[in-house]
Amino acid sequence: MDILQILLSESFWAASLRIATPLIFGVLGALLCEKSGVLNLGIEGIFVAGAMSGWMAVWLGAGLWGGVLVAAAAGGFFGLIHAILTVPLGLSQHVSGLGVTLFATSVSYFSYRTALPNVSSPPRIEPFRPLDIPVLSDLPFVGPVLFQQTALTWLALLMVVVVWYVMNRTALGVAIKAVGDNPNSVDAQGLSVYGLRIGAVVAGSSLMALGGAFLTMSAFDAFFFGMVNGRGWISIALVIFASWRPGKALLGALLFGAFDALQVRLQTEVGALVPSQVFLAAPYVLSIIALVIVARSADYPRALLTPWFKGQR
Amino acid sequence: MIRVEPRTAPSRLMKIGVPILSAVIALALAAIPLVFAGAAIGPAYVEMFKGVFGSKFAFSEMLTRATPLIFTGLAAALAFRARLWNIGAEGQLYLGAMAAVAIGTGAVEAPAVILLPLIILFGCMAGAAGMAVPAVLKTRFGADEVVTTLLLNFIILIFLQYMLEGPLKDPMGLGWPQSSPILDQGMLPPLMERMRVHSGLIIALVCAGVAQFMLARSVWGFKLRAVGENAFAARHAGIRVNRTLLSAALVSGALAGMAGVSEVAGLKGYLTSDLSPGFGYTGIVVAMLAGLSPAGVVAAAVFIASVFVGADSMSRAMGVSSYLADLVVSTSLLCVLIGGFFARFRFVRVKVRQRAAS
Repeated sequence: MDILQILLSESFWAASLRIATPLIFGVLGALLCEKSGVLNLGIEGIFVAGAMSGWMAVWLGAGLWGGVLVAAAAGGFFGLIHAILTVPLGLSQHVSGLGVTLFATSVSYFSYRTALPNVSSPPRIEPFRPLDIPVLSDLPFVGPVLFQQTALTWLALLMVVVVWYVMNRTALGVAIKAVGDNPNSVDAQGLSVYGLRIGAVVAGSSLMALGGAFLTMSAFDAFFFGMVNGRGWISIALVIFASWRPGKALLGALLFGAFDALQVRLQTEVGALVPSQVFLAAPYVLSIIALVIVARSADYPRALLTPWFKGQR
Repeated sequence: MIRVEPRTAPSRLMKIGVPILSAVIALALAAIPLVFAGAAIGPAYVEMFKGVFGSKFAFSEMLTRATPLIFTGLAAALAFRARLWNIGAEGQLYLGAMAAVAIGTGAVEAPAVILLPLIILFGCMAGAAGMAVPAVLKTRFGADEVVTTLLLNFIILIFLQYMLEGPLKDPMGLGWPQSSPILDQGMLPPLMERMRVHSGLIIALVCAGVAQFMLARSVWGFKLRAVGENAFAARHAGIRVNRTLLSAALVSGALAGMAGVSEVAGLKGYLTSDLSPGFGYTGIVVAMLAGLSPAGVVAAAVFIASVFVGADSMSRAMGVSSYLADLVVSTSLLCVLIGGFFARFRFVRVKVRQRAAS
């Protein structure tokens, strides 16, 4: 078997990072929400909204970075709905999240169909191109793997650093973590529990939407129904696996990407022996296994899923 | 200053009024996307109404659509009552359908009186098995069932693809990934001549009745509600929480599996990978609109089915995307959530001076 050969090829590592990119955005977004005490199951729909709105903005002539901004704004909008329902109103985070997923998905699908009623093949946009950095891109191995990715992959990596820095090195991060562990203590400090939670959910949802935008603006160049394909749910599993740490989240997403890239390559090797569906199902099975392994030891934010009301202890 | 205060007990009027009001608001809000789609609002609503109540056929189509939603709605309602978040009804539906096809397409040669119950039994068992996995992963390993059931949906769909291209594939199917047709004596008999509505609806209504009775009157129903309301207290009262959760999971999965049986053996006759347009997920909306009451599930399923069938026919007549139905359904879920808040809490004016004194 040529697994070693696959593992040593630069195209494999480049693909791993590419596949990991939307998950990095997704896991970081989910991490931010959950650290503040709010589970955001709207993620799958927010991915769809980011993918559709970002693509649509570019298609209407907003430019690629304009599309990224539109996607982030769309994510923030749906995140705000979830935040209002779950934070000041204190409603079930599970049901509200699923509601937001259904709502964001149907808004996206309806808008797409209304803007493009009868298209046989989805219209294409000019997506982000791989960066071409002089010298660096031409380095052996490292060049193709790292320096020929698109700008959105770099944005994802940058976001890992930003989220890590905010969570671990700033007063804001301390406050967000505290509001997810013990909101009463934050309230006693005179900080706004509602404000912190709503802000974290909106910011996290914007990040999630960028994961969707990567799909239509970098990985592909068009919007398809069902293209998100569970990436949001996988991100929710990965964030538990990463025990809510940005660094581990990056590692988890990369491992996942590497595994996915590996299965595509193995499929061509042993496709005759094993049904292709075994490989297709592998990422989801892997997510469940990862979840089962860490479930008991996971260090859940202590106030996760628990609503908090001002003036009630 | 205004304070939010819990009501002692939500009134009966609130319990029934909130879902109805939410449904009406969601329907009214559909006017916004209709404007965006450039459709005349009045005629659009008329078309939607006619699409459900315009003819005997239209109405029977609505009932046909409501049938699987009653099953998946019950599946969600019972599980949610026990605080078991079964989001996997979509996958369990397909497991039920696969079992029905595996038994019903010729593997067992028997008259209808034997074959039909057999198909239903195996369909339900397959669905139950599908929910037993995440339930055990939850009780044994503490793995969150929301994520596992969601991921299992994808795994089961891929498994379905494999089965339809392999073991269950119709050799006469001209290469299409579909199963052989279920034998005539394995089909649920139709209820009306020349209509698609079938006896799966009767089974669904019976299930709703039994579930309503069991939940309200049986020891099992009491345990289920106790675990859902306060698992900690239930444990101290001597209720075996994990066992109760597992039983809720099995019943919930079986009901979702039954939705698959009913669709494949009542309506389509053979299995394809697009048997369900998201009945499993829509079942969650049905359950929430029903306030997690089995009797309410029937009413909510009829409403949601009306939205789908009505919007479909409006969409054909006026060229508005039929995703409008999904929009109304998801909006009604958000509305009923917000309504639930007003049913449970009230706003009280508190004088600032009083508050300072207390």
